[in-house]
Amino acid sequence: MDLEIRKRELAKEFYPMISKTTRGSKIWIGFLIAIILVGLVAFFLQIVKGHEITGMRDNVVWGIYIINFIFFVCLSYSGAFIAGILHFFKSPWKNSVSRIVEIITILSIMIGPIFILLCIGRLDRLHYLFIYSRIQSPIAWDVLAILTDLIGCLLYLFLTFIPDFAILRDNCENAPKWRRKLYKYLAIGYQDTKSQRDRLYKITKTMSVMIVAMAIITYTVLAWIFSLTLQPGWNSTIFAPYFIVAGIYSGIGVIIIAMFLIRKYYKLEHYIRKAHFIGAGIILLVMSLLYGYFTFSEYFARWFSHSTANHFLLDTLFGRYFWEFIFANYIGVLVPIVILFVKKFRTIKSITFAAVIAVLGLWLNRYLIVVPTLETPYIPIQDTRPEFIHYSSTWIEWALSFAGIAAFVLFFILLMKLIPIIPMSGIIDNEREHKRKQKEVTQNNRLW
Amino acid sequence: MYSTIMANKKIKPDSTNRRNFLRLGLLSSVSAVAGVSLVSNLIQDEEKTSGEKVRLLTPDGNIVEVDAESINKYPEAHITSAESRKGIPDKKFVMVIDLAKCKNARKCVESCQKAHNLDYHEEFMKIQLMQDNEESFPYWFPKPCFHCDEPPCVTVCPTGATFKRDDGIVLIDNDRCIGCKFCMTSCPYSARLFNWGHKDSFDNTDQPYSPETSVPAAEGTVMKCDFCPDLLRQGELPYCAKSCPMGVIYFGDKNEDIVTNGEETVRFSELIKERSGYRHLEHLGTRPNVYYLPAVNRESLLENGFKNLDEEIIERYKNVPYVQELKNKGKL
Repeated sequence: MDLEIRKRELAKEFYPMISKTTRGSKIWIGFLIAIILVGLVAFFLQIVKGHEITGMRDNVVWGIYIINFIFFVCLSYSGAFIAGILHFFKSPWKNSVSRIVEIITILSIMIGPIFILLCIGRLDRLHYLFIYSRIQSPIAWDVLAILTDLIGCLLYLFLTFIPDFAILRDNCENAPKWRRKLYKYLAIGYQDTKSQRDRLYKITKTMSVMIVAMAIITYTVLAWIFSLTLQPGWNSTIFAPYFIVAGIYSGIGVIIIAMFLIRKYYKLEHYIRKAHFIGAGIILLVMSLLYGYFTFSEYFARWFSHSTANHFLLDTLFGRYFWEFIFANYIGVLVPIVILFVKKFRTIKSITFAAVIAVLGLWLNRYLIVVPTLETPYIPIQDTRPEFIHYSSTWIEWALSFAGIAAFVLFFILLMKLIPIIPMSGIIDNEREHKRKQKEVTQNNRLW
Repeated sequence: MYSTIMANKKIKPDSTNRRNFLRLGLLSSVSAVAGVSLVSNLIQDEEKTSGEKVRLLTPDGNIVEVDAESINKYPEAHITSAESRKGIPDKKFVMVIDLAKCKNARKCVESCQKAHNLDYHEEFMKIQLMQDNEESFPYWFPKPCFHCDEPPCVTVCPTGATFKRDDGIVLIDNDRCIGCKFCMTSCPYSARLFNWGHKDSFDNTDQPYSPETSVPAAEGTVMKCDFCPDLLRQGELPYCAKSCPMGVIYFGDKNEDIVTNGEETVRFSELIKERSGYRHLEHLGTRPNVYYLPAVNRESLLENGFKNLDEEIIERYKNVPYVQELKNKGKL
């Protein structure tokens, strides 16, 4: 019964992490809640006073809300992609990071769509999307894809949680009653028998493939929202693969940042090691090369063919948005490449720094895809109202953006209070696998 | 042909009534007594039958004979959202804008704004100053909605709030619009406007909402030029065409191959053929129903378009190379 003993050991090791709340984390949670409250005030103001109080106007009809929307959905998509691949290929070091990735996936697919709702002028008519749905519209595809993805990700996340809920249910006698009840309920009678384990493994594996497929579809449809229009700067055949690549780029960046913070604040150096950072860093390097390649192809083709509309757009990008363009498409690509290419530079801190640069660069890249394009329509803007000529976001939009990030972090912390961030069942699986291999080796030796 | 002639006949009695009505409004504010008497006059006016019978084509294609006086009552008939989706039978509306005649008098803009309760800066019809390149000479370019035959806005609408009718008109039902603004980003002609905030005029329910009138507008929804189907049903020209002092805007029916600017009525196909009519940004494949006649042999100087304009409107054109040239020379 050493398996049961091992489970008890792990529960003992990880339970304090989820049950105890230090003073520092209390302050931190309070701070996050405060940011969310400011966001709620901003939301309330936007509802009462209308979209007039945002920076959006007739030409730039979508502002940083839609950029945040793309950003969060792309986080989710890349999380699903990476989680699915990690699971499917049984990579040995995946255990320590897989849950971080899965939580990022689920939280961002829940928060992202809120931003698109903030763009919508008539929230009271949201149900029209279903009552009067027109399947010809890419928005209808988006609604379908995101809802499917959301359900798929929730299911997948739950599947990976079940064995840990079972361990916590069986080994936390000291836990408060509500917690034990909750674990009992969430473990849905999982007893870790051989047949249950095999079945769960099979379902999880199938779901891991499904969420990769769903993630690709969702993000492709999202890219189509832009590329299926006639706007110069959006109408591009490579937009869907470009978004897919850029998505993984920023996704892996956020995963690295999350790994760094969790490792530091929860003292998990034993589980999240340098090898994880190097591994993730290599993916970041590959993605930064791919992302740089796509970015270059996209703008090079526009520049070389120089149709009037494209010319106009590039003039704006290299004029008014010069520094943003340099940061997003040069620094945001080259700095991570340099850091990760040179072996000497590959420390945990520098890899995290590269990830921060990549994430910021990518957010700005999205801004440059959305805003300057809308500021340079086919028919030149002839207007005297400055807010109609150029977009500048208001505090309302920023407050809500930060509220989104705060909600993301807060829910992350709360989820870590429900379940250990390092899957206990994964540790057991690894150990079991390890023993089986050892046994095989000795058996083989005997045969020889 | 038949109905167009009928239409021209009908314009007159109605427009006098409209004038009467305006006068009534003015006078009644001065003197209530006079107002009352005028109202009674007006009611008597409407009840009186002229005895003259007019044959009319109903929307469902039947010819009916009605009293000439009762025709005016028809326009007040409310066109519901469902009805407005069908369009006027057997019509294919088309607009031709003669750039050679436009002198930026802005009467089209103003009358349109007035009819649709729009604010100073809200324009369904915009007048751009276009200069295709540095060498070419600029021209005034009135730009309504092009009511495309392949409308990108309609394709992307997730709720069917914007739709293409059988008569070629693209309308918005602001009762169904959720305000996602996808149509605005997909329109390559920037024809659409959004109601960013609340206005008192939205609450005015004197006139029940119809997609055909676009009045009253609603907060958080999209609006645009509608080709004034309410006037078309009465056999009148849209406000912009009616009000243009230069006869720039021709409007008519492609099926009948006829367009009119209110002064002259010409064959659409011949006008396009003889004057080399074209559609703006043809290469985008949206197949607009608004045609332009190039600005050759112009009837007035371009500079005249700057006369009597608000400073704010003049400022709009400051990025046009020719305007900068004028400013440098101190002519503006």
